[in-house]
Amino acid sequence: MIRAKSPPGSRLPENVAAVAAPASLGIALLVFWEIVVRVRGIPPYVLPPPSLIGAALVRDWSLLSGSLWTTLSITLEALGLAVVFGLAFSVLFAQSRWMERAFFPYAVILQVTPIVAIAPLIIIWANNTLIALLFCAWLVAFFPILSNTTVGLNSADHNLLDLFALYGANRWQTLRYLRLPAALPYFLSGLRISGGLALIGAVVAEFVAGTGGTKSGLAFRILEAGNQLNIPRMFAALTLISLCGVAMFLCLTIVSHLALRHWHESAVQRES
Amino acid sequence: MLLERNDSPPSGALLRLRGVTKRYTSGTVALRDVDLVIGRHQFVSLLGSSGCGKSTLLKLISGLGQPSAGTLDWPAAPGGARRPELSFVFQEPTLLPWATALRNVALPLRLAGLDRGEIEERARRALGTVGLAGFERAYPRELSGGMKMRVSIARALVTRPSILLMDEPFAALDEIARTRLNDDLLALWQEQRFTIVFVTHSVFESVYLAQRIVVLAARPGRVAADLDVDEAYPRSPAYRTSAIYAKHCERVSAALESTMTAESAR
Repeated sequence: MIRAKSPPGSRLPENVAAVAAPASLGIALLVFWEIVVRVRGIPPYVLPPPSLIGAALVRDWSLLSGSLWTTLSITLEALGLAVVFGLAFSVLFAQSRWMERAFFPYAVILQVTPIVAIAPLIIIWANNTLIALLFCAWLVAFFPILSNTTVGLNSADHNLLDLFALYGANRWQTLRYLRLPAALPYFLSGLRISGGLALIGAVVAEFVAGTGGTKSGLAFRILEAGNQLNIPRMFAALTLISLCGVAMFLCLTIVSHLALRHWHESAVQRES
Repeated sequence: MLLERNDSPPSGALLRLRGVTKRYTSGTVALRDVDLVIGRHQFVSLLGSSGCGKSTLLKLISGLGQPSAGTLDWPAAPGGARRPELSFVFQEPTLLPWATALRNVALPLRLAGLDRGEIEERARRALGTVGLAGFERAYPRELSGGMKMRVSIARALVTRPSILLMDEPFAALDEIARTRLNDDLLALWQEQRFTIVFVTHSVFESVYLAQRIVVLAARPGRVAADLDVDEAYPRSPAYRTSAIYAKHCERVSAALESTMTAESAR
């Protein structure tokens, strides 16, 4: 294998490469963007150069950071609620086939109906915009956790289930010592998907609402900046949303790695 | 709860099967009219080709399945019907991958709700008896196939069972690991005097290990021959290469062969 042939001590350069490769590509792209905009004289209201976006980010930070916090807190609260409800329902489904049969189709319906289509209704029904946004974000984040964890709870080794039965384990013990740990990798991969979806849900709902209520989120800043033709600020808000998503994904990946590093194939380093 | 181990005659019956039949809902008859008495402290091997219902028979004995007809009882147990302390070793080690060796071995005791101190102490001792002292904190993926099987055996023994059911436990191991585990299993059996029902498809393994070999015929599974291997324990490695061992193997192979020719003739 290629790894085995590389010289001793190649581990560190490899880790550096993992960061350096995408970073240098990104920098190259930004430089290219800057040059193209300047050379071709593209006006900033069509495509602002990265330097202008950076400047807007610094100048409008007090405004944008408030919105960032609003969007982030809606996203995290929605994710938290999705975890609570997703876990609760999947455990319920694992305990009773009947429950799963009855409820699961409706969970699917909620999932496949586009959030943009339901958001207006939710915003009309909820008398508080913040609650409406939270509900929308929760709605899209809930399903991956539910369906992944349900599969995970049912994926426990059959011989181990027999073993538990043999030793007279009750339902709670089987859940606690076998089904829940077996479901952990599934739950965590659902959580990573849901993290991104919660952010999307929060942003989409705010776009539909056209207002962030008393405290505006990043989506509202984009709309607002668009109306004012303040394109650099629009890009600055967009950048923050992307960074949010990336940060969340990284955090959840680290959590997942820490939780599974001792035993699950996905987190175990292969010896070369 | 536990049976008396040392002062009862080896002839005493531990388990009695009468006319045991297992028919699956699909209509397949896995076992038909199996009569079998297994004595205390016996090392019995169930030998047969695949599809002869060996594993089904183990499941019925363990209580994980119920016979469609016939009875299965434990004459020596108080009351007769109650199953004595019983353990199962699967073909795969069947460990919890997220738990250390010690916690895996401790599992049956935790499920039984014993107190922490006793669980820890007994689990450590059981790991020691299978030669894995010092590996308490190792995770299954850090252990070799043979070591994982040892953890599985330690987990089976930690409850001090009267009867140990083993379903082709060493079939997936390499020759060297299998030989060593065979010897260690015999040593544990002689020391702790539990009953073993050992399912295998290897004539050599069953002749090396067992006092008695029950040959099963397939489709439907039934008892075809019941052979004794009257060789003293401990059986030394020299036994494996002796003429008497070869003769036993020949005899058992012939019995196994005849079940297969009978089957293909039908």
